[in-house]
Amino acid sequence: MRFYEYEAKQLFRQLRMPLLKGRVAKTPAEAKTIAEEIGGPLVLKSQVLSGGRMKAGGVKFPDDPAGAEQAAKEVLALEINGHTPRGVLVEERGPVAQEYFAAVTWDGRAKAPVIIFSDMGGIDIEEVAEKHPEHVGRVHFSTIVPFNPFRAKEAISATGVSGSELNRLTPIVAALAEAFLRYDLTLAEINPLARLEDGRFLVLDGHVDMEAEARDRHAKLLDDLGIGKDETREARPPTEFEIKGAAVDATDHRGVAGNVKEFDGDLGLVIGAGGGSLTLFDAVRNHGGKPANYCEIGGNPSVQKACGLTKLILSKPGVKKIAVMMNVVSNTRVDIVARGVIKGCVESGRDPGETIAIFRIPGAWEDDGFKILEKYGVEYCDRSVSMYEAAGRAVAKMSK
Amino acid sequence: MSILINKDTTVIIQGITGREAVNLTREGLDYGTKIIGGVTPGRAGRDVYGVPVSDCVRDITDKHHVDASIVTVPPRFTRDAVFEAIEAGIKLIVIVTERIPRREVAEMVELASLRGARIIGPNCLGVLSPDEAKCGGLGGPAVNVRRAFKKGPIGVLSRSGGMTTEIANTLTAAGLGQSTAVSIGGDAIIGATYAELMPLFEADPETKAIAIYSEPGGRMEAELADWITVNKSRLPVVAFMAGRFMDEMPGMRFGHAGTIVEGKADTTADKIERMKAAGISVAERIEDIPALVKERLEKAGH
Repeated sequence: MRFYEYEAKQLFRQLRMPLLKGRVAKTPAEAKTIAEEIGGPLVLKSQVLSGGRMKAGGVKFPDDPAGAEQAAKEVLALEINGHTPRGVLVEERGPVAQEYFAAVTWDGRAKAPVIIFSDMGGIDIEEVAEKHPEHVGRVHFSTIVPFNPFRAKEAISATGVSGSELNRLTPIVAALAEAFLRYDLTLAEINPLARLEDGRFLVLDGHVDMEAEARDRHAKLLDDLGIGKDETREARPPTEFEIKGAAVDATDHRGVAGNVKEFDGDLGLVIGAGGGSLTLFDAVRNHGGKPANYCEIGGNPSVQKACGLTKLILSKPGVKKIAVMMNVVSNTRVDIVARGVIKGCVESGRDPGETIAIFRIPGAWEDDGFKILEKYGVEYCDRSVSMYEAAGRAVAKMSK
Repeated sequence: MSILINKDTTVIIQGITGREAVNLTREGLDYGTKIIGGVTPGRAGRDVYGVPVSDCVRDITDKHHVDASIVTVPPRFTRDAVFEAIEAGIKLIVIVTERIPRREVAEMVELASLRGARIIGPNCLGVLSPDEAKCGGLGGPAVNVRRAFKKGPIGVLSRSGGMTTEIANTLTAAGLGQSTAVSIGGDAIIGATYAELMPLFEADPETKAIAIYSEPGGRMEAELADWITVNKSRLPVVAFMAGRFMDEMPGMRFGHAGTIVEGKADTTADKIERMKAAGISVAERIEDIPALVKERLEKAGH
């Protein structure tokens, strides 16, 4: 779950990291007031959860409050990669002498957190790592031995930085690493971290991601930052259809019928589980099918959930049929899913036999499930028909 | 032979009185697994299908040798349970629980590594050695397990629990049994990875080939490719890569917690290229796996 830059900076401020004067404005008038408080040259940055702000024109450099008001007006009206800005961050601007990069993230291969530091900040770190590996320091650290700042020092020192520079940078990077662990972050990045010509070391821009699974453990911080419980903060904002999908999944605690993602096709998918959904979505597309949605069912969902998900998908304009498919299931009862999807069709005023293009869920209680499907004239298949073939049968029915 | 578990493996279940754990106990016992005890704090003295319940792991390990623990407690209590098992000297821990933050997974994995224990999962359906034992929900009730899994020469490793059974079933239908199937877990950080389990299969004379299910996200496939190249593995590997559509949708999470495309190395295209370069056969469809395995076995002279 990504933080807006101004939220990341609020967190950094709590950690006593050195920041530029400034704060977020929601209106041009507010931007002007903040500019007056700061006095002097300014940077205005669009608050969107997307990269490429500079290129898109979402960053401006006015010199006075009047200029800030005008710039804020433009920035607030500018949509960047489909994201509407949450506000505009108004900050002081000073001449930069040197830029650094500092980040803490997970190294899944080492199964440990890693500090990444470079004295070539401000640009793409992957590019620096490729072209100038001697300018990138990487140091892993333990999650069970208490964190000590020498880890940060080692990462900075590895790039050849020494002297007072090293001693000024170490506490900033160490604070970043401690915050990373304390708040269950998956990324804590400062880029650039800058030394200004006046000698100050300051955080110019920050990127913070919190692990979605850990949200409820940091309710107070999220509340302080004003991050709502229903904000998903994914790569694109959730659609209304997806929000309704989450509500279906929340109806009870039995199993999963969720992670609904909207697409613009005509074939609704009731598919599962985690890996099965990925496999089946690929299969439908390979056959030339146009999915109306992605979703995951599994863990033995209740009749109510399977029914709710089916109704939601059938309520989407343009959905002609649904395909109900899973891998060979371990702990999901086939008969319960069958009941749920048939109920969903009936309650949507649709004939299950016509609407369900194929039902392919082999596993426990499949005989009971197949009996119910037969009664309603639904085409089904057992494990002798592959997931790929089942998807093909469903797609073939769409062109009829 | 099997890896990790066999019919003599002694197993406990932590969180044994929970709804899902009760099912795991029934299924495991029916399949012949030696489940000798369970733990739920405050429930000592009860039993689940005849398996005695204790308050602490130590209460069991003081009296019996315990090879493995299946941990199925809510996410908030998982780290405590896993640390308890490791500190009681148990060397194999299967974590079924999902939605555990990475930091806690890293803590558990780090302690396990310090104590010489091995973690499978989290967010997995466990380990199954056909006709020997099963630790976790893999395959479901014993009668369903016997239908999908048969003893044989193929090792199965999968990031998806459900797809572990799907692949085993496909192999079984084609006359290829399995030595052991491991659902390794779908999180960004897990215990044993493909590359860490390969040496076990490599050392098992009855395992002749490996079938793998993989997904976008993470570096596990690259790690496997490197391992095969460096160790000149005798085992032919056939992999299936799901979620190819995700290459077009960076930043979106689908399927498991660890399944997200953030950089080039996360894409299926990049992983397929690396695996092929290491000599891994990549199946386009699940049903192509048996033919590819047979082809590779024939080439290897089996």
